[in-house]
Amino acid sequence: MDIFTNFNPAGFVECLPRMGIGMLVIFVVIGLIILTTMLINWFFSK
Amino acid sequence: MDNFAILYENLLKFQWQDIVMILLGCLLIFLAIKKEMEPSLLLPMGLGTILVNIPGSTALVGPIQELYNAGIANELFPLLLFIGIGAMIDFGPLLTNPKLMLFGAAAQFGIFFTLCMARMFFPEIDAASIAIIGAADGPTSIAVANTLGSQYVGAITVAAYSYMALVPIIQPPVIKALTTKKERMIRMPYEQKSVSKTTRIMFPIIITVVASAIVPDATALIGFLMFGNLIRECGVLNSLSDTAQNVLANLITIFLGISVSFNMVADKFLKVDTLLIMGLGLIAFIVDTAGGVLFAKLINVFSKKKINPMIGAAGISAFPMSGRIVHKMGLAEDPQNHLLMHSIGVNVSGQIASVIAGGIILSMFGG
Repeated sequence: MDIFTNFNPAGFVECLPRMGIGMLVIFVVIGLIILTTMLINWFFSK
Repeated sequence: MDNFAILYENLLKFQWQDIVMILLGCLLIFLAIKKEMEPSLLLPMGLGTILVNIPGSTALVGPIQELYNAGIANELFPLLLFIGIGAMIDFGPLLTNPKLMLFGAAAQFGIFFTLCMARMFFPEIDAASIAIIGAADGPTSIAVANTLGSQYVGAITVAAYSYMALVPIIQPPVIKALTTKKERMIRMPYEQKSVSKTTRIMFPIIITVVASAIVPDATALIGFLMFGNLIRECGVLNSLSDTAQNVLANLITIFLGISVSFNMVADKFLKVDTLLIMGLGLIAFIVDTAGGVLFAKLINVFSKKKINPMIGAAGISAFPMSGRIVHKMGLAEDPQNHLLMHSIGVNVSGQIASVIAGGIILSMFGG
């Protein structure tokens, strides 16, 4: 593949929504894990 | 005379590309032994690279191909390695302060930024595979690139492991560029809290269920990692935990290293693309580091209790080097500033977040 003839600057912008969704999903999953961990910490420390 | 010809017949088949690859194999071995850069992986990879680039080699279409098909083409080796890694990780520092996990999430930004960058040069599947170098986690990089069917698995593996070994060189300048001396001197006293055994046992199970339910493509990666951790924490499988941490991890690393070299043949590796992949991998590591540090600075804007922004950089996975680097940088600014427990907590959260990020990439581009 000749990467320079296939150079497509628009590809960056096309991927931006995926960047947003990807980061959002990571924060949602981690947020849920944090909440659950705090809950079990609280529950089992009693 | 004919018999003599047989002796040098194979020598004549050597092309300059084969010789370059053999020299590259020697370089990997040199870096592994002399510079101690990820020696457990770079050494078998180096020798494997030499083996597969000798014209007429019986190693390539033979044992190495068989190992590749048996353990990498089906993701088995990276997953088995995750059992060992999971058994090595102590989530204690993270469990005492679960909010640290946010930094692990923020430091995955480099993956998605690199995805956008790589998409300018590569088709979608290859761009996604290259982006996962930013997970700073070799097994995740191999598993994702291979599952997506990227043609650049060899270059991606070399980039991922090389930059992991170069974390002590890559991260400090980025951290210093983004923080002031005053910020680097922020003290974070560590409050020792006891974590119950039940919590330690429940944690890997909960992570597996939550992460897999939302990102099903991460199930195998996160499941095997947490399986290893459950063996460690359950308290009744100490010999299995020892085996996973030592024998299993070492054995799989040997097989993984040598079978990855299946992709290190000259016609697949010696391309301008490889240089570009190495460059994009470096960008991924830099942006990961910046993402973690800047996120910590953002938290400080809203928080009364200030966080040392350097700990955000430890969220890039690369366990435990990244956590140690942040600790050392903290001590260099203020000999009384011990950040180790915080930075290691962030570091292990980066391990979890990078696996989740791998699952997200697979959900977006797989199948």
